[in-house]
This record gives sequence, C-alpha cells and structure tokens, in this order.
Amino acid sequence: MHCHFSGGVLVLPADEDRVVRSLVVVCANWPLVAAGASSDSAAVVIGAGRVIAASPRARAEGIEVGQRRREAQRRCSSVIVHDADPDRDARLFHAVGAALEHVTPRIELSTPGVAAFPTRGPSRYFGGDHALACEVAGAVDAVMESLGWPHSVGVGVADGRFVAQRVAQQMTQPITEGGRFSVLEPGSSASFLAPLPVRVLGRDDLTEVLIRLGIHTLGAFAALPAADVLARFGSDALVAHRLAGGLDEQAPRVAPLPAHLMFTAELDPPVERVDQATFVAKGLVEQLHEALRADGLCCTRVCIGVETIAGECNERIWRHGDSFDVGALIDRMRWQLDGWLNGPAVLRPTSGISRLTLIPDEVGPAKGRQLGFWGGESAADARAARALARAQGIVGVASVMVPEVRGGRSPAERIVRVPAATTELGSSRVVLTDDAPWPGRVPTPSPALLVDEPVRLCDARGAMLAVSGRGLLSAAPAFLDSPGSGSGSGLGPIAIEAWAGPWLSDERWWDPDAHLRRARLQLLLRDGRAVLVACEHGAWCIEGWYD
Amino acid sequence: MFDTGGVTASLSNLPGNLPGNLPKSVALRRLTELVRPVALAGQRTLPVAEPLAGLLPDGALARGSMLQIVGVGATSLALALVAAASQDGSWSAVIGLPELGLVAAEEHGVALTRLALIEVPRWRRAAELVAAVIDGIDLVLLDARVPLRAIEVRRVTARLREQGAVLLMVEPGLPGGSGSQSALTQAAGGWSPDVVLTSTMPSHPDSGQSVAGQSVAGQSVSGQSVSGWSGLGHGHGVLRQRRVTIDATGRGRSARPRQLELLLPDVHGAVDGWTDVSSSIKPSSIAHASTDALSFLRRGPRVAG
Repeated sequence: MHCHFSGGVLVLPADEDRVVRSLVVVCANWPLVAAGASSDSAAVVIGAGRVIAASPRARAEGIEVGQRRREAQRRCSSVIVHDADPDRDARLFHAVGAALEHVTPRIELSTPGVAAFPTRGPSRYFGGDHALACEVAGAVDAVMESLGWPHSVGVGVADGRFVAQRVAQQMTQPITEGGRFSVLEPGSSASFLAPLPVRVLGRDDLTEVLIRLGIHTLGAFAALPAADVLARFGSDALVAHRLAGGLDEQAPRVAPLPAHLMFTAELDPPVERVDQATFVAKGLVEQLHEALRADGLCCTRVCIGVETIAGECNERIWRHGDSFDVGALIDRMRWQLDGWLNGPAVLRPTSGISRLTLIPDEVGPAKGRQLGFWGGESAADARAARALARAQGIVGVASVMVPEVRGGRSPAERIVRVPAATTELGSSRVVLTDDAPWPGRVPTPSPALLVDEPVRLCDARGAMLAVSGRGLLSAAPAFLDSPGSGSGSGLGPIAIEAWAGPWLSDERWWDPDAHLRRARLQLLLRDGRAVLVACEHGAWCIEGWYD
Repeated sequence: MFDTGGVTASLSNLPGNLPGNLPKSVALRRLTELVRPVALAGQRTLPVAEPLAGLLPDGALARGSMLQIVGVGATSLALALVAAASQDGSWSAVIGLPELGLVAAEEHGVALTRLALIEVPRWRRAAELVAAVIDGIDLVLLDARVPLRAIEVRRVTARLREQGAVLLMVEPGLPGGSGSQSALTQAAGGWSPDVVLTSTMPSHPDSGQSVAGQSVAGQSVSGQSVSGWSGLGHGHGVLRQRRVTIDATGRGRSARPRQLELLLPDVHGAVDGWTDVSSSIKPSSIAHASTDALSFLRRGPRVAG
C-alpha cells in the first residue's frame, strides 16, 4: 500500500507482510445455543428461509447449512426449527465475552459465536501460547457447559486472525482428538492453509470462478500474483488473496488515529433502557460515518465503549469483513448495550449509562464494491431488489410477488404468483416447463385479465344454459347476465355475438379434493369484448376477459 | 476518442458538408453539432416492439415519462409496450391489477424473471409505494384504480423524472369501470400524462371478420360485429386475433396525434402491425391456430365418454 492523502488524513504505509498473532475462540452452533436448543436433539436455526445452523444430530440426518426450510424438514421430519435472531445471539454472547475479560481486556467480536484477541500480552502473562489457549478453552467451555453445550468450543492460536479462526473451527469438529485447542507455530500459517479448499474463503461468487479456473486450494490461489488478482477480480478478491496467503485482511496500522474520528456522547440524564441509548448511539454512528466519508475512509474495526454513572465500563471491539455501514454499526452498538443491560444479573451495571464512545480502531481507504462480471447480480437487479425490499416494507412481505411457471391447462394455473421473499430474485422460476402437451389447454391468445366472477349464461328465452355429460349445450347462448350488482358489473344482460365451445376438461379425477371438471366457452359480446366463461357443477363463472 | 488538437486542425479543412468560408465560430458550432454524442438520446429511452414504434415520439419509451393507456385492450397494449424493454434487461413491476393474466404477459414477451407483482391492500400508502418502486424499477404498470391525491401525484411525477423510470397507467377493461369516468377523476387528481394512448375498436370491422371466419371454419360469419375480434363463429372457431385502432396524443413532443392499426393480440398473443386483410393472415399462422383449436376441440368427447 502506498501513501494515501485523503481529506488531510495521512494513512501511513504499513508493513505489508506483518501479521498479528491472534487467538480465536469459536463456539460451534452458536445460533442454536442462543436459541436454547438442547445439544442432543435434531434442531436447526432458519434465517430468511434457509438453514443457518444445524445441530450435530440434524447434520447426521442429512441437513446441511444453506438448505431451504422445506428441504430440511423433508430430510428429518422431527427436526425442531428455531427462528434466527441476531440480537438474541449477540446478547447471549455477552456471557462468553465476560468470561474472556478475565484473560484480556481487548476482545474483538466479528459475529456472535466468534471472539478474538491478539496474543502478545496475555501470552507472556500466562506463560506461552499453549498455556493461554488452555486457559481460554477452559473458561469458555465452562460457560458453554452452563448453557448445555459442552465440548463445542474450539480455540486456535496462529499468525493472523483468519488462520487462527480456521484452526479453531477445526477444533470444534467432533473428529478431532486430544483437546479443544491447537497452536500453530509462528511462520507456519501459509503451509497450514495451502491444502484447504478455496470455499473456506466464504466468497461464493469468487470461489465458483476459481474452481472453474482449476484453482481448488488456497495454496494455488495464494500463488497467483496479487496484482493480477486485483486487476481481474477486484479489491474484494485481493482481500481474499491476502487471507489465502496467511495475511490479515489489512496490514496493521501503526499510526495513532486522528482525534477527530473519535466520538463521544455524554448522556445527561443517564439512561437505563436499551432503546433510549440506541437512539443516542444512532446519532453518534451517523457522525462517525460522515467524518469517515469526508476523508474517503471506511472502518473495518470499531471500539465501542459504554460507561455508567457509577464508573462501570464495558468496552468491546467489533470487526466487520467488508466495512461497517451505518446499519451494521448501529446493530453492533445495540447488541453490546442489550448484552450488558439485559444480560446475566451478575454482570449487569448498577446504574444508568452516562457516556458512549465510538472509536474506529481500524480504518482503510474506501474502495467501494465491484459488481458481477459475468451474469449474476447486475446493477439493475440489485436496484430492483432494493426497490422491492422497500415495497415489502410498505405493503407487507406477502404482497410482493413474482411469477412462477407451473404448467397446466387454464391460464390461472399455468403461471402463478408466489411471494418474492420465498424465491431468489432474477433467477428463472420454472417448477414445470410449460411446453409439455396439455390437451384441452386454452389456446393462444390468453385472456389478459383473469377473474372468478359468477355469471348467468342464458339462451334466447332467458333460461340458464346447461352442459350435458357428453359436452353438449342445452341451447345456443344468447345473453350473458351478471347476477349481482355488488361487484359493479351489474350492467344487465349483454347479447352474445359469437361463441365457441364448450371444451371440456376433466382434471385430476383420481383426487376427490382436487378434481376439476369444467366446460369452457369463448364468447364475443355485443359491446365488442371477448370473454372466457366456464361451467362447473351447473354454475357459470367468468374466468377471464380478453382485454 | 476526439483529440482536441485533431479537431482544431480539421477546422481549416472541413469536410464537404460544412462550407469552408464560414466564420470560425459558426463553423465550430456546426462541428459541435456533428460530433455531439448521438447515443445520449438513446440512453434516455427504452425500446418498444417494432409495430408499436410509430406511436411514440422517438419510436421508444422516453425515460421519466408517464403514459396513460385507456380503452379496449388497454391491458394488452400495456403488456405489449413493456415487453421489448423487459427482454432487454429492464425490470418491470405491476402495482395493483390483481386480475392480470400472467400467461398473456408471457405471450406478449414480458420477461417473467424480471417481473414483480405488487398488491395494494391498503390504499392510503399507495403514493409511498409507487415512489419506492419507481426508485429501482424501470417499467411500472400502475392500476388506474389506485387513488392518489393531487399532491401525491405531483411528487410521484417529479420522482419519475428524476429516476428515469417509465410509468404506464393502465385502465383494465373490466365491466363497471368505464374509461371516460376514471379518466375524468384522474384529470381532477392531477395526472398529466406525457402520452395518452386510446385504443378503440376499428371503424371498419367487417372485412377482417369475414375472411378470418372463412379461413378457420369454412363458412362466413353472419351479422356485423362492432369488435375487431376474428376467428369466433356461432359455435365454432376460436378467438384468434383482434384489430384495434390506437390513437396517441400527449404533451410536448408527443402532441402531434398519431394513429396506428394493430393486431393486439395477434395469433401468438403478441402484437403485430395490421396492414391489409389479404396480407395480414400468413399461411403459417393459420396452420398454427387451427392445430391449437383442434387439440382444444379433441379433448371434449374423450372426457364425456
């Protein structure tokens, strides 16, 4: 990295290859732990319609993370489903944070379930990395055992956070024997990562392309020249490349942070409720965001400090993979406040909050976001998805729909509406291709307006028409008469100019509930409109208008 | 692309269409006209199907404009208008219109993967909804029955210009909602559409009707029909296509009245230009339609037995 002069802030050149030796604690299945699931039952946590965590029993039944809810329930019908709640996860993770506070004050949280800190000070205090890891594993395991999930903690020590987290995650697997922690010798990060598959980078778009290019392991990816990776895949891939080589996402900063990026809010009178404090925090976050943006910077790690009037202090460092936007940062502040104020009684503060501090701990130049190169998410799709998300907020999730091709005979069943929230936008949704032969399908052109409105179809003398079992009309249709004037269509009988039919369809006769036996007619009315009517059990209804 | 030095040099020896004896300022102005990027207007428009191009000022939908579509077959016309741009990669959304037939939309060529359908259960937040949808979606079909107050309409229109979306106000041809009535309420509601497309039944419907009747069923349809539909007889045939006359008026560049005769829908459910009786019916389309009709008919006896 070179010198960046941006808005008067000098981002000093950092030592590119220096990595911070870190310890990472991973609590396996944290969303399940927070949801209160028991460790020996088959349980999953579902967020946005997909499995985000599955218990060991559920995994044994074939449930995998990323499956849709229905698929998971199909694999294991007795599975217990919990709803995802990031706030709850973060609140309960406070207990783990508190246990680690006895080891070091500088705990860094990225997502609930993962905590990290640099080992340099604590390691010397406890007498080496092994002793430190053992201490931490014991402390966190005690917390997890009290929550009913023993032996689901992994601790890893290595050069760099990403490597340490990989090591810790391996330690949470049931197959690893001989302890809950592992220490990688200094300098062995790259060789540890090299055989791992690229999927562990967690960037699906990038890894898919890499696999297609024949790059399957982190070692092979790290061997690519960094400049070429940046030129071809963008800045996000460069971060992934650094991780694959055993480096940190960003080179560590050595210069102290300029004072104008630290924000403090004094609360007078002190507040005791989370929502009140969050309201103040919101203003603080927006100030920080403005200041960062004015300098062309973004923040990837932030230190949030909360102080009560009695002098109790709660400080946490939060990390975000890309960079914090306003919403994400407010979330972190709320999680921390919620965890402290509504957490276990022994850890709760005794008085109201009087001060909030927000210090961006790690800032870098804002690089923006690069959109897909081939297919995938295009700018138009992203814009549309945002607009539809807002529309869902206004009219409700169930009222924003997308079409799904199902196949069938009548225009209403060939393509149906499904809520947009249950599908992936921009992908083609075809349950059954529509080109199968459907004898008796209503021919092209199809009615542009579909309704289901009772109607009377009469012959010239005003008697209601009937269709015989053999598909014969009792007389030639002459008038179409809407019975109710309530629907606004009671315009009196309209003469029929031309007609054709009836065409019979007898569908799903093997299923008494779904059995549908209809006779359809096309009518041309005197006022020039064409209409599709259907007769079922002797009653006529309008199926559609050819508008 | 254009190097400033190159342009200055070429001023002295301008090509044939610019006379060399003009004063330099005039010549420069003419040269600016010549080298002005021509793609600019194109970027501000969305394409429409070729038969409909004659209805609109640039032969395309101008971004930021609002169209009002009324009359017979307004729904089909709206679907036909958005189809080309939808296939070109634009998203389309339908606000209201719970009756919209999605098969008809597909037949017109609307890309179903980029179509969203939004129900409006609570009318009073309609303006907010329309504004939100306009923000990210290029083609918005709005049900003309959604009531908006004059001030909301002005806000939506301003947003529309800013975001460059196209709003098509559709009046579905359902019984009860007579076109002129709600057109009046909209005029009172403050809508001032850039283009008003009114589709009506053709003035001479008889010629198309009888020929189509003969070709499908082998016998002429008796009686005058006021509709443009063809293909349906007394107990035989199927609805095949409809002839409509579309009148376009509007403000500004669209002020000059235009008129087109179209087949809407044609035998494939899409839109086609209507030229003449003899040339409009292609042999292939007749074969297509009659096999459809046959398979439709064949179903009957099997079920009854």
